[in-house]
Amino acid sequence: MVSGLINANPVIYEKKQRRVRRASSVGDDEHAIEPIDQIEFEARFVRVFIFLTFLNHIRDIKDPEHPYSLEELKVITEEAVEVDDDNSYVRVTFTPTVEHCSMATVIGLCLRVKLMRSLPQRYKVDIRVAPGTHATESAVNKQLNDKERVAAALENPNLVDMVDECLAPSYA
Amino acid sequence: MEDGNMVLKEIQTLEGHSDRVWSLAWNPASGTSNNPPVLASCSGDKTVRIWEQTPSNGLWNCKAVLDETHTRTVRSCAWSPCGKLLATSSFDATTAIWENIGGDFECVSTLEGHENEVKSVSWNASGSLLATCSRDKTVWIWEVMPGNEFECVSVLQGHTQDVKMVKWHPTMDVLFSCSYDNTVKFKKMQNNVEFLVELQVWAEDGTGDWHCAQTLVVTLLLYGHLLLMLKETEWLPVDVGGMQSSNDLASWIHLPREYVSLIKFYLALLVTKRDEVIDLGFTSMRTHNSFSCSVWHHLCTLSGYHDRTIFTVHWSREGIIASGAADDALRFFVESNDGLVDGPSYKLLLKREKAHNMDINSVQWGPTDTRLLASTSDDGTIKIWELATLT
Repeated sequence: MVSGLINANPVIYEKKQRRVRRASSVGDDEHAIEPIDQIEFEARFVRVFIFLTFLNHIRDIKDPEHPYSLEELKVITEEAVEVDDDNSYVRVTFTPTVEHCSMATVIGLCLRVKLMRSLPQRYKVDIRVAPGTHATESAVNKQLNDKERVAAALENPNLVDMVDECLAPSYA
Repeated sequence: MEDGNMVLKEIQTLEGHSDRVWSLAWNPASGTSNNPPVLASCSGDKTVRIWEQTPSNGLWNCKAVLDETHTRTVRSCAWSPCGKLLATSSFDATTAIWENIGGDFECVSTLEGHENEVKSVSWNASGSLLATCSRDKTVWIWEVMPGNEFECVSVLQGHTQDVKMVKWHPTMDVLFSCSYDNTVKFKKMQNNVEFLVELQVWAEDGTGDWHCAQTLVVTLLLYGHLLLMLKETEWLPVDVGGMQSSNDLASWIHLPREYVSLIKFYLALLVTKRDEVIDLGFTSMRTHNSFSCSVWHHLCTLSGYHDRTIFTVHWSREGIIASGAADDALRFFVESNDGLVDGPSYKLLLKREKAHNMDINSVQWGPTDTRLLASTSDDGTIKIWELATLT
């Protein structure tokens, strides 16, 4: 896109250094792990790994209008992703760069597709804009979580191209 | 029905779709002694599958795959009341009509007109009308014409957002639609006329004299080209031109078989010359009682039983409400005898967590009185359940 950008001059933030971080649901009771319980330990290890993998997946998604990642634009932060592994639940809260961002639904769709492709099927995913960060917050949230609309959008070749471009591995 | 003595048995998991299964429909003419139960399912894999129970072993098998017609997700399917036609609506903006010809399903008509995704399709009780709805915010009503022709007779534009579902009233020509705009609307069809018909059946007594052998009063409903007859509380279509069996008509109005052809003759006259019905000896005629639009009010809300979005509810013949949701669970409710002071209330009868591995999109009770239930899911399967009483 050359002209007509929704946000022509976004603020660019530094990428965070990649570090190992435990999922909160696991970290809370880490001292309870008995070393002898090898199977349980491995299960937890796998869960932490899954969490880190998909956090890395989504923060590298490219913004639909700029050659920066969602992390660099602070659309997505580490805190934006909540995981309740015991209940197979993930919630992603993203922050559009401007209040009237018409790209919010596209960003949300990218997040959903990325999670659909990388998470086990049992996960339930809710995606929302951060409270107070978008002019039509409830409308955007409703659309992003209407699976009939998401399914229809993913049969639209133009939208799929746009999503695939944002998810292209060159930004990983 | 008491709590605790009901159990939900999983009968079979039907596998074959390669994407989420959105919806299903039981064939209403199946499940009788001669016809094993049949259901249709539709999917994100762009196909419709027809499943039939094998009487000998009770197992369900896929009898047909309806493909290469829809080019996108098939969102909804519905059998005509006679069970001969299947309507399927798709995100490709079309609705296809399939006819069962000796076990093969042939696409006999494609209904075009919606601008984009068609989300739901429904037949009225007599099978004379079809309703479809779309993301284009409209509801279309199609009249079924002879020769598998469908003519759009009305485009309803009352909604401000996607119309998610349409459903006809089970006996009256009243259509309900619900929308992404958070409203439910309904539309009454008005061009139907009800007749009370008195038929005098004359017979020759063997000596050359004729006398009135019987006087019959039947209630008929003329609806466009279609004639319906009231049998007890149900409107049944009268196919004057090509009635399948004379027994049908005879059993409806309890008259000797030899009179059937005479009745058919009168009915044919009635259809072809309906402006002159009085002259033909029909004694009275009155307008069909109007459906009252003001009687609908909120009865009660069942909340707190599902953890995520509820996608489907269906009421059984004996009053059991089944619900399915994005929490992968099934719930069953029955009317509770408690608290009748404030009107009826409902209580949880039974629940099944992890009924499917993913979201449950549709639940439908079977066409007969057996407590069979089918459910469809994002996990690509259909499950057949039986709600049984513990003995």
